[in-house]
Amino acid sequence: MTTKTSAYKHSLIPQNPGWLPRTFRFAAWLGWQIESNWADPFVFAIYSVIKPISSAAILVVMYSVITKGAFENPVFPYIYLGNAFYIYVGAIMAGISWAVIEDREHYRMLKYMYIAPLHYPTYLLGRGVARFLTGSISVFITIAFGVLFLNVPLNIYAADWGLFFVSLGLGVLMLGFMGLLLGSITMVIVNHVWFLGEAVAGALFLFSGAIFPLEVLPAWLRPVGYAMPLTYWLELMRRALIGDVARAFPTLAGFSNMELIGILLATTAVIGLAAFLTYRYCDYRARELGYIDRVTNY
Amino acid sequence: MQQAIFTKKLSRIYKLRGGKKTEPKELIALKDVDLEVKQGELFGLLGPNGAGKTTLIKILTTLLAPSSGEAWVAGHNLSTDPDRVRPLINMVSGGESSGYGLLTVRENLWMFAQFYGIPSQVANQRIKDLLEVVGLGDRLNTKSSDLSTGLRQKMNIVRGFLTDPEVLFLDEPTLGLDVGASRDVRRFIRSWVDQNEGKTLLLTTHYMVEADELCDRVAIINNGQVLACDTPARLKRDLQKDAIFRMEVSPLNGAGAGVFERLSGVRKVTHEAKDGSSTLEFILAEEDALGAVVNTMTQQDIHILNLQKREPTLEDVFVSLTGKSMAEVEKSGD
Ligand SMILES: Nc1ncnc2c1ncn2[C@@H]1O[C@H](COP(=O)(O)OP(=O)(O)OP(=O)(O)O)[C@@H](O)[C@H]1O
Ligand SMILES: [Mg+2]
Repeated sequence: MTTKTSAYKHSLIPQNPGWLPRTFRFAAWLGWQIESNWADPFVFAIYSVIKPISSAAILVVMYSVITKGAFENPVFPYIYLGNAFYIYVGAIMAGISWAVIEDREHYRMLKYMYIAPLHYPTYLLGRGVARFLTGSISVFITIAFGVLFLNVPLNIYAADWGLFFVSLGLGVLMLGFMGLLLGSITMVIVNHVWFLGEAVAGALFLFSGAIFPLEVLPAWLRPVGYAMPLTYWLELMRRALIGDVARAFPTLAGFSNMELIGILLATTAVIGLAAFLTYRYCDYRARELGYIDRVTNY
Repeated sequence: MQQAIFTKKLSRIYKLRGGKKTEPKELIALKDVDLEVKQGELFGLLGPNGAGKTTLIKILTTLLAPSSGEAWVAGHNLSTDPDRVRPLINMVSGGESSGYGLLTVRENLWMFAQFYGIPSQVANQRIKDLLEVVGLGDRLNTKSSDLSTGLRQKMNIVRGFLTDPEVLFLDEPTLGLDVGASRDVRRFIRSWVDQNEGKTLLLTTHYMVEADELCDRVAIINNGQVLACDTPARLKRDLQKDAIFRMEVSPLNGAGAGVFERLSGVRKVTHEAKDGSSTLEFILAEEDALGAVVNTMTQQDIHILNLQKREPTLEDVFVSLTGKSMAEVEKSGD
């Protein structure tokens, strides 16, 4: 065969140079066009401001009822910040897996993206960029609200910004990989897959120490939390902003910041590897099943 | 001679899941397809609904894995080297309205050009030129959600040509376009292949005329199998010595077309009932057989309303290969 068809080899662009940065850049561009399509500023306000603040408010009310208003207790900022940063999980992880569904079923462009000379996993990560940016707005607003009205003890001069940005960067990468993992699975499921991202984000909420220390969980469930990079990431984010208060908690108190970063790096690498392997398998399966251009009627 | 597309015993089986208790059924969408399309050819796949045309295109564009068999596109093996095939191909399916509705026509197209690594300036120029060709020149900055279905399809057709592929796949490119637009698109397809040496284009269609007038070579496909593959002229040549008559008659009233098929000299008859009359098409081995046909009609009290002799078309080729017209195949379902 190769001899008969060899003429094309000479006219070939040598294995598609520069495709990774190109894929990432234009996927991010597309994601931003979709996310920032705030034709209606009212809708934007609801999603980026009112929704996060009201979910934080629910938490605050519950906390205040249970603890009879003990806002001075270090548990409060622990919960408040955990909840605030968890917004990124829904935004990035769920957002990336949502991109698969959106492209496949809503815009019906997945097949054209798929046959284009782009690196699809990189495309999905790129689609997450805009989600990170809009998510950041929600996170910022939620934290600012807590500082201004609920006495969350955040002192911007005392915060460890170096640690903050390193942790944030790693965390975003980790969430991107988790999104890729979910997105890959989304490629081989065609029905009832709408809620997958949100459902996983919701389930992990309980195991990540976002709103209560892992010690609250039954002993047999705790390992789930210890195995997840999310747990270490949230701890790092809290420590970076309000160091001492966060360290008052037993769960990870024995670890230094550097140790936590090390664990986060290692678990992120594992998740990353798992995500790419899952992608390879799901890509192969999706082609076999004929799901790339499948549209579920909805 | 170079091959743009080469398939070896390509098959595709879909597993169908019916009700919960029924065991999974299988549907053979493609069966042992051997196809060779030469570089520089405008090649047509002609067949009725469900023949397997889209399935074949999906496999050749890396969207779908074959159940067995192998295929090469632009010199690369599809199953081992899809990433080398993709930069060299593009695909457009007609009759659907896909696109990022919130982007303008220009943005939609520009973005794709970027994914293919085409410099912005080159892309913008090509976008302008191609939009002119399909008559969308004035819609450059319209949001694609504001386009009608047909206009969106034109945008998609532009997306196919925009990346200047070595091998372009068009699945029913003119489906849903009006007569004028279809003609423009066909004309452009032809000129693209003629003016760009070495570019190959494979299109599917179930319009006879499209296959006949446009394509260098045509494969007739039915039930997942390629029944014949040649230039339209050569496909029809075997029928040239036959006589083909089209007859409009009074309703057959229960008597099927079968009686005519049994007459000697009659090779194939197709029958279509329309309100108040029936249309019969006869492929006769020789013209003399018409006498027997007319006699039988008289016996059965069928009146001839209209009689026409005509040149063979690809439809007749299909009929002589399958014994049915494409419309009959489509009506009988799977
Ligand atoms: N995803 C799928 N699952 C199960 N069966 C399928 C699937 N896609 C196609 N088929 C079946 O495979 C056969 C071939 O379909 P295909 O779409 O290739 O036909 P086609 O020639 O393109 O027809 P049309 O002219 O209607 O577009 C049909 O019987 C179809 O029902
Ligand atoms: Mg089709």
